[in-house]
Amino acid sequence: MEYILSWLIWLPVIGIGAIGFIPREKKDLIRITAAVTTGLQFLLTLVLYRNFDNSIGVMQFMERAEWIPSLNISYILGVDGLSLPMVILTGLLFFIGVFVSWTIEKAVKGYYALFLLLNMGVMGVFLSLDFFLFYVFWEVMLLPMYFLIGMWGGPQREYAAIKFFLYTLFGSVLMLIGILGLYFTCGKTFDILELQRIAPTALDGVLWWGISAIKVIWILLFIGFAIKVPVFPFHTWLPLAHVEAPTAISVLLAGILLKLGVYGILRVNYGLMPDGVYWFSGALAFLGLINVIWGGLCALAQTDLKKLVAYSSVNHMGYSLIGMAAVIAAGESNGYNLKAAQAGLGGAVFQMFNHGTISAMLFILVGVIYDRAHHREIEGFGGLATQMPVYTAITALAFFAGLGLPGLSGFVSEAMCFIGAFPVYKGIVIASTIGILLNAAYFLWAFQRVFFGKLNEKYTELPEINSRELFTVIPLLLITLFFGIYPAPYLDIISSTMDVIIEHVVSLSTLASM
Amino acid sequence: MDNIFIKYSVFILFLPLLAFLIQIFVGKRLPRQGDWVSISAIIITLILSITMFVGMLIEYNPLFSQEASFTWLDMGDFEIKLGFLVDNITVIMLLVVALISTCTHIFSTQYLKGDIRYSRYFAYLGLFTFSMNGIVLSNNLMSMYMFWELVGVSSYLLIGHWFEKDSASDASKKAFLTNRVGDIGFFIGIMLIYTAIGSFAFSDIFEGVSAGLIKGTTLTLAGVGLFLGAMGKSSQFPLHIWLPDAMEGPTPVSALMHAATMVAAGVYLSVRIFPILTPDALLIVAYVGAFTAIFAATIAITQNDIKKVLAYSTVSQLGFMILAVGTGVYTAAFFHLLTHAMFKANLFYGSGSVIHAMHHALHEKHDNETDPQDMRNMGDFRKRMPITHWSMLLSTFAIAGIPLFSGFLSKDAILAGALSFAQHNPQHILLPIFGFSAAALTAFYMFRMMFLTFYGDSKKPELLNDIHESPKEMVGPLVLLGGLSFFIWYTLPYFNPMSTHGWFTDLIIPRDAVVPGNLTAHQIEEGAHHAHYLAMYISIAVAFSGVFVAYLMYIKKVFSPENWAKKAGFLYQWSLNKYYFDENYNKFIYQPTLRLARRISWLDWELYDKYFINGFGRITNVVSRISGKLDYYGIDQVLVDGNGKIINIFGNALKKIQTGRLQNYVLYVTAGVIILMIIQSF
Repeated sequence: MEYILSWLIWLPVIGIGAIGFIPREKKDLIRITAAVTTGLQFLLTLVLYRNFDNSIGVMQFMERAEWIPSLNISYILGVDGLSLPMVILTGLLFFIGVFVSWTIEKAVKGYYALFLLLNMGVMGVFLSLDFFLFYVFWEVMLLPMYFLIGMWGGPQREYAAIKFFLYTLFGSVLMLIGILGLYFTCGKTFDILELQRIAPTALDGVLWWGISAIKVIWILLFIGFAIKVPVFPFHTWLPLAHVEAPTAISVLLAGILLKLGVYGILRVNYGLMPDGVYWFSGALAFLGLINVIWGGLCALAQTDLKKLVAYSSVNHMGYSLIGMAAVIAAGESNGYNLKAAQAGLGGAVFQMFNHGTISAMLFILVGVIYDRAHHREIEGFGGLATQMPVYTAITALAFFAGLGLPGLSGFVSEAMCFIGAFPVYKGIVIASTIGILLNAAYFLWAFQRVFFGKLNEKYTELPEINSRELFTVIPLLLITLFFGIYPAPYLDIISSTMDVIIEHVVSLSTLASM
Repeated sequence: MDNIFIKYSVFILFLPLLAFLIQIFVGKRLPRQGDWVSISAIIITLILSITMFVGMLIEYNPLFSQEASFTWLDMGDFEIKLGFLVDNITVIMLLVVALISTCTHIFSTQYLKGDIRYSRYFAYLGLFTFSMNGIVLSNNLMSMYMFWELVGVSSYLLIGHWFEKDSASDASKKAFLTNRVGDIGFFIGIMLIYTAIGSFAFSDIFEGVSAGLIKGTTLTLAGVGLFLGAMGKSSQFPLHIWLPDAMEGPTPVSALMHAATMVAAGVYLSVRIFPILTPDALLIVAYVGAFTAIFAATIAITQNDIKKVLAYSTVSQLGFMILAVGTGVYTAAFFHLLTHAMFKANLFYGSGSVIHAMHHALHEKHDNETDPQDMRNMGDFRKRMPITHWSMLLSTFAIAGIPLFSGFLSKDAILAGALSFAQHNPQHILLPIFGFSAAALTAFYMFRMMFLTFYGDSKKPELLNDIHESPKEMVGPLVLLGGLSFFIWYTLPYFNPMSTHGWFTDLIIPRDAVVPGNLTAHQIEEGAHHAHYLAMYISIAVAFSGVFVAYLMYIKKVFSPENWAKKAGFLYQWSLNKYYFDENYNKFIYQPTLRLARRISWLDWELYDKYFINGFGRITNVVSRISGKLDYYGIDQVLVDGNGKIINIFGNALKKIQTGRLQNYVLYVTAGVIILMIIQSF
């Protein structure tokens, strides 16, 4: 148990090494190796869950080692209620991703090597508690992603890959500046837990060119993370990258990489600059509203099914942003409304997990139909319900999950986000409820055009969803159903940590000094 | 009897869900496609519901109530508790749902015989019954909202049962989306209440409101928000558009969901939240209800599709119930819900029986053109389908408000409430006027429907020989529910056909509103009691005149409907075309929204991304090209190479002194030394 977090991060590297020794012609062996590696990793995340103590909101399973002592850079790992669900989701989605990409025939060895490298990077970001290490992993993710989109993607893959790369790099440069700013003002340490203690007071009252340092660093880091979320107006890489990426990579992009944004904001911005939370939460809620409406309208207009799902991510992450903004409800100025703060923050974190499973499911399902029909034009289908009843039923459930139907997990988190943010941002929440109408409109309309009506003559031979595909989508479906009916187990994991974050933000913020 | 009702309720709730799961996964492989699974489940549910109902009658306690909750999620301070509430209203409602659902199950075995998705259909019926009972049993707004949406989904699935038809899939989508508009209001209402009171449970909410935790405009808004949800489900103006289209679903579904139970959920919600509605909110409720009642009735009088007449009739009757809630006589609303569920479900079964017979006859004639639902193709079915005819006639008496039938009592109670409300608030005289006019129109259009279908001359005599009475599975429910159209079932143990007094009024007594300053239940009842006789005389008069006009028009042909239609001109066209609501919504809401979406998407993709974001790329490109040039010409050629060139020039100059002759070098060295010495001497 002692080095379980290190194992989680470095296991994929072992996998890469193993794949390196397999001749490139033995494609199945490579795939199996990747499956075993990610499968072991997923099992490890479950072991982690079994041994995790829900009742305390602090970091657990911490590892600490010196790395570059002269610059005070260390290798620090830890997991709490915020990161644990994401770690489990990472384990699950990478494992599933191996099977989703089973049909890829082009340069399999390279593909899975990069796939595992990406796995390592993502795990590293969720687990590292040293800012420098965090940044290194953050950058490590970028490289395999670039190649995975650029080499195994659709027709516009190179354009999409370079766009993704530049967008994200732009964000990480700003983030690096922010990190260095923190490093030099807060006693030259990269230790995130240390910074959480030091930064709120060390940054207090510091002015850079007449502007509060907190605001500057907050904005720099926020943009870095916002690109990942993606927050409007930094979202345009997403539809392109999602559409061009191979199915498994879209699944991972939507399922996990977007969550890094929200995770980063909560871990870093909330943790290190509680004052900034007060200053920015209004804007955060407002950006959430724009995400919801803008993403919803864009999704409604799409003719490409995958692009529709991509824009639905913009729409869904908006709910998360609105929920996050609710944390200030627990403050003095809002009458210590801890209920609302818990609902909002819990909802935001729950929403990020739920969107992870739901959008992953949606992308897999789009991939299934694309593999068969070789196009994704919504208008080009019709009447598939009679031809592929099982696929139709599963897609119906996934769409209903996407439109926030009670009984499926998305509803619980969306409702929590709304309920939490309502006392503080009534107008924004009321306006964003239009989003749930748009959700229903674009999903149901697409569903009607693809599955209802008379069967398109071209598709009378279309085969039903196969067992490999079912294997990738059923677990996600079950999770969605389970948490929709009984969300308590998830909320139990995060609850104590959410309280710690709320307490931290509320107690350390001193609005007057900004 | 301690909590036994709750235990029964758990079974009542989950048995249909179990049937749904079995049907979805293995239904197709079972003998008879598993319809017996669903039917057994619903019959057990019915038996349990009857047991509870009998239990309620034995208790005979108007204040009877049992509650049980559990914590659904808990984050410390923020927690959501869900739970059951069983009181007399619940018990009656459960029985209505179970009874109509059972009838629908049995009726459907014939009506959908040989359907390609037979087992799927029964599965969805189970899902619906589960969700509907969930609404009925909820003791809090949160789980009510959840089941509320699930009911919407089952409705979506069942309206779209024949999804190969575009009209069916359009209708199902429309139903879901229109309901969602209402649900948004519902959710905003929930948030307003939760923010103020901190709980979703009805009991806490009532307590919080009476303690003044939420009041004034906020409370009005919360009430109106919740009522918006009710408007969506109960198809109130202007969200009424989905219900007539929902007739695309199989007719037994129309009977169960779109007449008796699901659409009544809005009324049920209004009845539950009545105590927290402020006078302003109530006024809105009353006007929405009254207007819907008259508005839908004016559409129903011109429709030719037998199901469309019934659909608009349902909208109109729901308007009556909502009007009753708005004028404070909310127990009358629930009473009408109960009687309406029986006779309206029956009317739909009857229409289903007629359509079934028409289908059969048209099939014999190999006629695929004629619309089996159009009353202009019917007439003189009376002797061909005697049971259907008699059963429908009884229910028509009931809905038209003829004495001795159930609808007379319940509608009278509503109209008395409206009249009394106007007597106390003369500025709201429109409410009873709308109510009585709608009652007159109801009698007219219902008898118009009966006359066109069962009386007069057949308009397609060639079909008449092939029109037969339906099989016993379909006739059974007709007999049962036709019989339930008599008043006696609702007034036992009393036999006075002019008074609602009976077990219902004994067990469902109005509660005081918890909003401080509202009229008390006693005051409202007193007023309604005074207005009772006047209301009764007027409603008898309007009912009979409605019937009489229909008789003159369609049997005696004293007036010709065609002439009247011509005389009415645009009014007739408006009514026939449902006041062009669909066209206008399409023109002013759907299309603009779609256009906006396309424009936003274009803006996002073509403008913002291609020009603005990629513009950065282009600027960077230009800048880097310039800096490349600068680098080459400026720095490399001038500065870097320039150094070299200068050195070169000097080098060339200096190389001349590099002669290789030793004496020359000695000379330079000496000269250098001398120069240094001179410099030093300064």
